[in-house]
Order: sequence, then C-alpha cells, then structure tokens
Amino acid sequence: MTLRVPRRTIAAFIGPAVAALAIVGVAPLLYALWKSFHDFNLTQLARQRWVGLQNYQTVLTDSDFWDAIGRTALLFVSAVPVQIALGLAIALVLHRPGLTFWKTLTRLSLVLPMATTYAVVGLLAQVMLNQKYGVINQMLGWVGVDAINFIGDPTNAFIAVILWDVWQWTPFVALVLLAGLSTVPPEIEEAARLETRSPWTVLRHVQLPFLIPSLVAVLILRTADTLKLFDMVFTMTRGGPGNATEFIAILIERVGNRQFDIGLAAAQSIIMLAITIVLARLYIRLFYREVS
Amino acid sequence: MAAPMQARSLWAEGIALALIGLFCVFPFYWMVTTSLKTQLVALADPPVWWFTPTLANYREVLFEDRVGVSLINSLIVATSTTALAVLLGCPAAYALARFEFRGKTDLWFWFITNRFVSPVVLVFPVFLISRELGLRDTHLALILMYLTFTLPIVIWICTDQFRSIPRELDEAAMLEGASQWRIFRSICLPLAMPGVAVSSILSFIFSWNELLFAYILAPNAAKTAPAMAISFMEGYDVPYGKIMATSTLIVVPVLIFALLASKHLVRGLTMGAVK
Repeated sequence: MTLRVPRRTIAAFIGPAVAALAIVGVAPLLYALWKSFHDFNLTQLARQRWVGLQNYQTVLTDSDFWDAIGRTALLFVSAVPVQIALGLAIALVLHRPGLTFWKTLTRLSLVLPMATTYAVVGLLAQVMLNQKYGVINQMLGWVGVDAINFIGDPTNAFIAVILWDVWQWTPFVALVLLAGLSTVPPEIEEAARLETRSPWTVLRHVQLPFLIPSLVAVLILRTADTLKLFDMVFTMTRGGPGNATEFIAILIERVGNRQFDIGLAAAQSIIMLAITIVLARLYIRLFYREVS
Repeated sequence: MAAPMQARSLWAEGIALALIGLFCVFPFYWMVTTSLKTQLVALADPPVWWFTPTLANYREVLFEDRVGVSLINSLIVATSTTALAVLLGCPAAYALARFEFRGKTDLWFWFITNRFVSPVVLVFPVFLISRELGLRDTHLALILMYLTFTLPIVIWICTDQFRSIPRELDEAAMLEGASQWRIFRSICLPLAMPGVAVSSILSFIFSWNELLFAYILAPNAAKTAPAMAISFMEGYDVPYGKIMATSTLIVVPVLIFALLASKHLVRGLTMGAVK
C-alpha cells in the first residue's frame, strides 16, 4: 500500500532540497549557457557582446581543446586498464578465505588513497617524484635505474600523472570488484572449485559474469572522474610542462582563470556538460532500473 | 604433501597482502616523515630515512603561515555544508522513499546526475554571480556550492535507509492520527540515524577535500586548507617540510573519518550502484 499524501505535504518535504539544488546546481549552468553566446573577457569588459555560436565554433576548431580531449582519453586508456588489472588481482586475493584479520587490515588500508585530499596527492607527487630529493628516484636507483626527471619532462610528467592516478584509484576499483565477487553465490563458486583446480577457469566462467556490472560501473565512473580530474594534476604540474598534462578540466580553468576568457570557457564547459549528461544517463539506465 | 603446499600459498598470500598494504600506506609514511624534517634534511640527496625529527614545521605553518586559520575555515565550511545538506536532504529522502508523485524518477535521476557534473563547469558562472552578490571570499559561497555534491550524497544514502524501515511503522502511527511530519521526525528519522551518520561523514570528507571552488571563490579571508597548501608551491624555494606538515594536518582528519565509514565509502563514491 502506498500512502496517500496531499501534494502540499510532499512539496514541503522535498521542495527545499529541490530549490537549493536548482539555485546552486542549475542556475549557474544556465548562466554559463547564456555567457557562452557572448564575447566576454574579464580584461575587456567594455567589449562584451552577443556573438551567437562563435565561441562554440572557436572551441570546436581549437587544437588546444582537441589536444586536451585527446590527452584526457589517453590518460583514461592508459590508467584504467592498469587499475582494473591490479584491482582485480587485489580483489581476488582478498576474496580468498583465510587470514581474515590481515585481510580486514588490508581492506582498511585500501580505503585511505581514495579518501585522501586530491590536492595533497598532487603535493605528495611533487615531493616523492623530485629528480634529486625524491624517494621514488632513490628506489629506482637501488634497482639500477638512473634518476628520472618526472615533473620537468613532458612525457615523464604524463607518466607520473598516470602512476599517481593508478595509486589513488586502484584501491577503489579493487573494492568495487571485491563487492562484485561477493555477489557470486557461494554454492556455485564451491561447486566450480570442485570441478576444476584452475582459478583462471573459475574466474573466466563463474566469477566474470557476476563482475560485469562492477566493471561497467568502474568504466563509467572512471570516465566521469577522468573528465573531472583537476585538483591532483593542478597541484602536481599545473598542466605543464608546456601543456603536456593539460587535461580537459585544467584547460577550462586556464582559459577562464588565467586567460580570463569566460565566454570561451563557458562554451567549453557546456560541451563537457553534454558529455557528462550522456554518461550519467547511461549509468542511470544500467544501474537504477529498479527505481523506474 | 598437501600441508606444505598450503603453508606456502598462505605465505604467498601474506606477502601479497603486505605489498598491497605497503602500496597504499607508503606515501603517507613519507608524508609524515618529511613533515618532521628540517628543510636541510628534506633536501638531502639521496633522501635520508633516519634523522632527528622536529616539530618546527608544524609550529611554523600553524602559527606563522595562517594554516591554522585555513584549517578553521575548512572546518566551518565542511561542517556547515554537511549540516545544511542533512537538514535539506533528509526530508527529501523520506519523501522519495515513501510518497508516490509525478516526476519522482526524473527528480531522483537529476540528483544522481550531479555526481557526474564537473565543478569546473560551474565555477566560473558562480565566480561571476558571487562577485555580483558580494559573496566572493565568504564561507557562505563555498557552503552553498558544496551542496552540489553533498546534497545528492545525503539524499541517495538516506533514501536507501528510509526504504529499509518497515512501512508498517508509518501506517500504525498514521492510524494513531500522527501527522506526516511527526512520523518522519519521531519515528523514521531516529531509525535512519546510521544512514544520516554515514552520509554526513561522506559529505564532510568530500567538502573538506575540495580544491577548485575554494581556489577560485575564496582567495583570502575564507581560504580553505587545501588551497593554502598549494600556495606554498609558489616561489623558488619550495619548503618541502612545511608543505608536508600542512598536508598531514589536512589529511589526518579525513583518513580518520574514512576509516570510520570504510564500509560505505565505495557505496558513496558509486552513488549506491555498488553495495
């Protein structure tokens, strides 16, 4: 039985939250949409005027924009497979019975990287990856690798961002996949283990089908978060050297905050928002069927 | 024959666990030890592992460099936005869990969509609006903007929590003549406290960690701790010890909260798609 409730009561319960989120979450977007049709630079406020779709035209023919999109895609395709491979390995180890206390402890340590302030993660990279004083280069020295200039060289800086993204988000992927592994009915898993001694066969034919939802969740959320990625890269490289690590969010920040071209930044934001909404729709379609 | 093999695989597993733990924890170890080094020790080449620790960096950042003030700003912003999100979010979550109305699913989806929106999309319009309204560099601007991610988290987790409370309780109270608000306040909300606690912790963590809005909207008076920490990077002589001391001060409270809510952090980050 569903409770019959007057509309006024419903509005009283839900209205304030909707109003608040509309004011802080939607009004600025509409404002951005409006500004995206203007030539609007904070250094030349007098020149403000309606330019229609010109900003969009500039963005879509701007090599900086496409380079940033390309870099963001490259980061995704290099970091996420590593995160999934390592994450799956970690999840499989933790999923095995035995050593319960140590596994709980390991699970707790997995929670730490993803909760760490993203800006601090970037600062840690600065300290640990420094060419002369960095501990990572010291460790590489122990195995006979020459010190690498991680932050100062364009290619290496990109690799450093990948490494750091892997550090921060592999534990997240591992815990999501671990949750997926626990959805395999224990009796099916036990029966399979009696049939075959190869853990690979069990993974491939028994566990993998149950892992698909978790994997899809990981892919969509990591795409969204890679598009959002700002704090860590900003503190680590500011998008440099040159624009070697200028991912999409960093580009928009540079255009808006360091070039003061709000109109152009708004157009870039709206394009990014469109991508985001498609992703969110996809995620909702796949994971919240039961509510609709 | 089976016993030694099992023992060996147990060892292998133990080593794997240790490596995973080390992978996660080592950067924190390095952060804390660097924060206890003088600039001279921090700039040793190669890095040193054993040294005489000093608290000088903490003294300096807290009392000379306004990191103390920025931590208080962070605390004010994170607790206020969390409180506001709970205040607005709990009744909304109750309505989503209990009432049937038109547009409910759309509303629900809209809340979840906010998880995907990048702050960089919002930050410039908000910068201009806050300048117009005289809200630039105030706590209020940040508190309100952080609602964009704290409110959806609270609504999502609390809706789930309210759904798990048997409807019979509501129905019984209704027969007694209790008002809808009374049922929510005196019966359901107390039972939903675990969800409220978890969502509060998660919103606190996310708002405490936020950098972009803070960096753009609050450059001076309301500057939060993460924005303060990155301001040390400007200039030629980078004070590693001080940066790591500030980082430690920022990260420790979040990590404590993360451990408290460790079972729910993944649920929060996936908006409940993964339990």
